[in-house]
Amino acid sequence: MSARDEIFASIRRSLKVGPVDAPRRDAVAARLAQAPVGIIPRRGQGEAAERLATFKSEAERVQATVAEVAAAADVPGEIARYLRENNLPATLRFGDDRRLADMPWPATALEIARGPSEGDDLNAVSAAFAAVAETGTLVLVSGADNPTTLNFLPDNHLVVVFAADVFADVENVFARLKATYGPGALPRTVNFITGPSRSADIEQTLLLGAHGPRRLHIVVVKD
Amino acid sequence: MSVAATTSRFKDNVHDALHDQRLQGALPHAKNFIGRRADAAARLPEFDALRDSARAIKDHTLAHLDLYLEAYERKVVEAGGHVHYARDSDEAVAVILGICKARDAKLVTKGKSMASEEIGLNAALEREDIAAIETDLGEYVIQLRGEAPSHIIAPAFHVTRDDIEADFRRAHRDLAPDRDLSRPEQLLSEARAILRDRFLSADVGVTGANFLVAETGTSIIVTNEGNGDLTQTLPKVHVVLASLEKITPTLNDVAQILRVLGRSATGQDMSVYTTLSTGPRRGGDPDGPEEYHVVLLDNGRSATLDGPFAEMLRCIRCGACMNHCPVYHAVGGHAYGWVYPGPMGAVLTPLLIGVAEGGQLPNASTFCGRCEAVCPMRIPLPNLMRTWREREFERRLTPPLARAALRLWAFFAKRPALYRLAVEPTMRGLALIGRRRGRFAWLPLAGGWTRWRDFAAPQGATFQSRWRAKSGAVR
Repeated sequence: MSARDEIFASIRRSLKVGPVDAPRRDAVAARLAQAPVGIIPRRGQGEAAERLATFKSEAERVQATVAEVAAAADVPGEIARYLRENNLPATLRFGDDRRLADMPWPATALEIARGPSEGDDLNAVSAAFAAVAETGTLVLVSGADNPTTLNFLPDNHLVVVFAADVFADVENVFARLKATYGPGALPRTVNFITGPSRSADIEQTLLLGAHGPRRLHIVVVKD
Repeated sequence: MSVAATTSRFKDNVHDALHDQRLQGALPHAKNFIGRRADAAARLPEFDALRDSARAIKDHTLAHLDLYLEAYERKVVEAGGHVHYARDSDEAVAVILGICKARDAKLVTKGKSMASEEIGLNAALEREDIAAIETDLGEYVIQLRGEAPSHIIAPAFHVTRDDIEADFRRAHRDLAPDRDLSRPEQLLSEARAILRDRFLSADVGVTGANFLVAETGTSIIVTNEGNGDLTQTLPKVHVVLASLEKITPTLNDVAQILRVLGRSATGQDMSVYTTLSTGPRRGGDPDGPEEYHVVLLDNGRSATLDGPFAEMLRCIRCGACMNHCPVYHAVGGHAYGWVYPGPMGAVLTPLLIGVAEGGQLPNASTFCGRCEAVCPMRIPLPNLMRTWREREFERRLTPPLARAALRLWAFFAKRPALYRLAVEPTMRGLALIGRRRGRFAWLPLAGGWTRWRDFAAPQGATFQSRWRAKSGAVR
């Protein structure tokens, strides 16, 4: 008997069930199809403005910084300001996302590189798929638009979030993913990011920038 | 071929741990977790309701585990991934070695995985001349030291900053010997730089999984450092090693459990990186692995579904039970002698390596009940430890003297009149003899106690006699 067959036989022996058991199969099929939503904390709920305020305060609680700009055209200026004020080099890398590519970067003095990171970039900008108010979390999906390496290799990660994409809770983000990619399907990688990288492995001292970005700056586009 | 256990020498281990000054200096850090968890729980009014929800999800999943496994497997294959089944540690190791050899791998980076500790993967890879590098900072430190983790989420928490500095100076010989490593930030930067290079040159990345989602065929890791993500994004091959009970029906179910996981573990509402991985990289993806494998480890878990210990399979490895355990606080994780320490380890270890080897661990409890009180999945840990003690006794694994003493006590306990006749004069006698000093520095048959501390002199009346007197008064 193969390992697979033996493991399934052992599970069924323990559960005292057979492989064909219609009510059990129906229960499982129903749960997978309906994906019932459980208990949703109140914290993230509310109107758009309220959700945005919660998102901002929760993100700042986990050591991210948040700036708000009125329109997409204001993003390059805000990013240039952030890099300047933190004494960071005026370089930047991002992927193929049209929302980023269409921004007026030539108006800044930033040196722009495109595509995935090879590990020697200091600053990268990504456009978020969504954000979660409840926990101040960013949701990024893999692909040429926003390569996953940009989320982890650069020292400073700048993430653009459009206010309309700030959801109350992860359940709403899962619903949005389902609407975008189809039921039961996801992009290769979905990153839920809550603050910059950290470790407390040295005597329980919290240090930022363990392996991922040391800084996480979020730019919310209110338009 | 899993890691060699010293669990059967538990008593000696405890003795050593209690006399290890360095360890005793580090152990108080474990108590930091208590306040953090309490604050996080207090900030979320729905926390206890979410614990019930999480528990119900896992119970439902375990009762339908075969069917959710089938659904999960189907979705992984649909997404272009491979699913491998391993009955035990040896099979899991063989599968992973096979994947590494097919790619002629020389360097394997690893995200933190307790399952990998369970199967002894690093040693097996090294034997085949494949370098395995732990990339979680704590795991990296203990790998340099040749030790096992002493905590399931803070593997190096028994190690001091000075120790880490010495380890880095010993291991990183290419760096300037006079460099300053006096601050924790400098140690972190050095590890970051060294490991960054490994991430970029690794052939295979091995991670564990916190969840395997049947709805989408997705594996999920929950981390803070980002090392797990670099481990699974940069190499050409991503191998996920996970035990069967990580299966969770839907993403919405994961959302429920996630809300109790971070809070119970580190007091975080959400860990920094929660990463969903589904299959290998897609057409048009500029990064991500070309191959995606999942190794599903049984190691006795399928058999555990039948019987009282099935509840243990709800465990999500948050570490709250050990963070709140007075025994763990006193002796740390290594004394438990195998992979999983603390109350969850005391229940799980005999299941995985047998009661003959691990049977002493369930005795390492004061039954104070804090572990059960904080367990996000509401696992009745004290009850399960008691069940193990009963089995240990039934199988005559308890030492003969302890068995004889228990039998003697049981003889009297089953005969209340005789019990009172024996106990009440003894207590009165002890009260009389001890009344001057109020304590005994030595007592016959109680040398194990009085060797370390005095035995308080009884007041004379027994609990039962006082209870009778009190009930009589009420009546």
